[in-house]
Amino acid sequence: MSTFLLRRLIQMAFLLLLISMLVFGILQLVPGGPFDQLLADPQVSPADVERLNKLIGLDKPLPQRYGEWLIRAVRLDWGDSWRVAFGQPVGKVINDRLPQTIQLMSVSILLSMLIALPIGIYSAIRQYSKIDYLVTGLSFVGISMPVFWFALMLMIVFAVQLRWLPTSGISTPGLEKDWLDKLKHMIMPVLVLSLTFIAQWSRFMRASMLEILSLDYLRTARAKGLTERVVISRHGLRNALIPVITILGLDVPILFSGAIITETIFSWPGMGRLLFDAVFGNDWPVVTAVIMLTAFLVLVGNLLADLLYAVVDPRIRYT
Amino acid sequence: MSAPAIGLDAPSTGAGLARPQRTLWGDAMRRFARHRLGVLGLLLLLLFAVLAVAAPIIAPYAQEAQDLSNQFGSWSSAHWLGSDELGRDILSRLLYAARISLMVTVISTLLTTVVGVIVGAAAAYFGGWVETVLMRLTDVVLSLPALALLLVVSQMLRNLTFLRQTFGANNVSIFVIIIILTLFGWPRLARLVHGSVLSLKQRDFVEAARAIGARPGRIISQHLLPNAVAPIVVQTTLRLGEAVIAESTLSFLGLGIAPPFASLGNMLSGAQGYIFRNPWLAVYPGAVIFLVVLAVNFVGDALRDALDPRSRA
Repeated sequence: MSTFLLRRLIQMAFLLLLISMLVFGILQLVPGGPFDQLLADPQVSPADVERLNKLIGLDKPLPQRYGEWLIRAVRLDWGDSWRVAFGQPVGKVINDRLPQTIQLMSVSILLSMLIALPIGIYSAIRQYSKIDYLVTGLSFVGISMPVFWFALMLMIVFAVQLRWLPTSGISTPGLEKDWLDKLKHMIMPVLVLSLTFIAQWSRFMRASMLEILSLDYLRTARAKGLTERVVISRHGLRNALIPVITILGLDVPILFSGAIITETIFSWPGMGRLLFDAVFGNDWPVVTAVIMLTAFLVLVGNLLADLLYAVVDPRIRYT
Repeated sequence: MSAPAIGLDAPSTGAGLARPQRTLWGDAMRRFARHRLGVLGLLLLLLFAVLAVAAPIIAPYAQEAQDLSNQFGSWSSAHWLGSDELGRDILSRLLYAARISLMVTVISTLLTTVVGVIVGAAAAYFGGWVETVLMRLTDVVLSLPALALLLVVSQMLRNLTFLRQTFGANNVSIFVIIIILTLFGWPRLARLVHGSVLSLKQRDFVEAARAIGARPGRIISQHLLPNAVAPIVVQTTLRLGEAVIAESTLSFLGLGIAPPFASLGNMLSGAQGYIFRNPWLAVYPGAVIFLVVLAVNFVGDALRDALDPRSRA
């Protein structure tokens, strides 16, 4: 187990190094550098841009810059933001944004689990019933719906037509302490972020449950006179949940894609919106830091999924 | 010749026992035809494809034709679906947008399939360090935060001078999105092909082919891939739906297909600014995306049932 963990951790470090080179390299390929857009302003001369480039060290050769960045990055010092929050340390910018994203994600994951797992289980137990067909149909709809369009449709119905919910932001100015106002701002982003998960997880739960339900040991359990409730919950569900538990770890990339789209549409001040703004503003330190952080979380998610699998299923051993 | 009373030693001789010949693909088509939603999806896709390809012929207006006297026009005989913030005909723009999206997603999906099949088959067939390198690479791409990197890569590629010069400043966004969708799309198929080729190559008929001296290229293309075609077809179909969503998402975020071309995604990002004045602008393009992807998923599901009945979940 410990050799497995060690090997995986070394692999992870190697992968992160690879990704950092990739991102660093890609950003350098942007022609003209981060400040060329400023030239559109007649008051900015090419010499000014030159001076800015020198200020942030862009005149040094690429390997040297990467080396310096790497040395600072391993100490979690990501440098200063260039554009999004000019002059502020990237670490501080991320710290400001992270809580909002965590809030959005945790509520969405919880909601998705609470909805997806029960309906997945139910439609597996009642396979080919009307409810099962309805659930399967709806999950098709959920998977086929473009997330950003779902967000726009929610906005049109609940913000434009009914005027129940605000279209963007995290709270109404002046009402920062009002929890009801905060809740109203959260409803649509959470629904949008949950859509994909509810559709996918309910399908996954249903498939996993169906597979277990066809196994012989459940017939044995019934044969020895256990009630249907005990057979399903104690014997069936426990085993059916094993693959489902791990899915969360593997779905971290989807979670982040969803956060980018959702936060951008609803102007939610989190990490997704930050990345979007940084990419368009050519704020390289912020872009690199956010992507490295995301990549790290994705890899940790994968590792946790594997470890959790071994924890809930003693048949699996890693060596 | 008298037919035997019992037994089927000579089934072709007894008139009552003669059966029409059934082929693998014939069977698959029959199974597909039984899947009502799959057939419906296929018809819908064909309809969209015909409309998209014929866009220049059937569209009543040019995609950029503005009419500032008719901003946010509602439904009329001249503009069936109304007009947008610049008085452009929405129906015409939808047709052209579908055309571009169709082109981009079909090309990138085909490229994805080619890359995925080659990588997966080569890794599984040759094993050793080839397998290690290719499959680790697959793992890396699969574990990347895809959309985050898509944003960065797309922003970078669009500004590359040599691409702009090669394809022209207007067309560059189309080529970039095809490259990007392919770059991030192939790993899942590679994994799938890798898995099925691994199990196939242990079989006796492959051993026999190798024994009579067939070269690796021939064994892969003539013996291994034909037997792995079912999952490849299903995965390619489903990938088409993902590509439609990915393309429209990127275009919506401003990093996909750029004006002057209308795309389903960039029409929606234009419409987002006007949801208070005219919400309908945001309804149509998304509805097209939704219906196309839904149809693709139905067809994919039906294909899975038809080609690979054992995998039915």
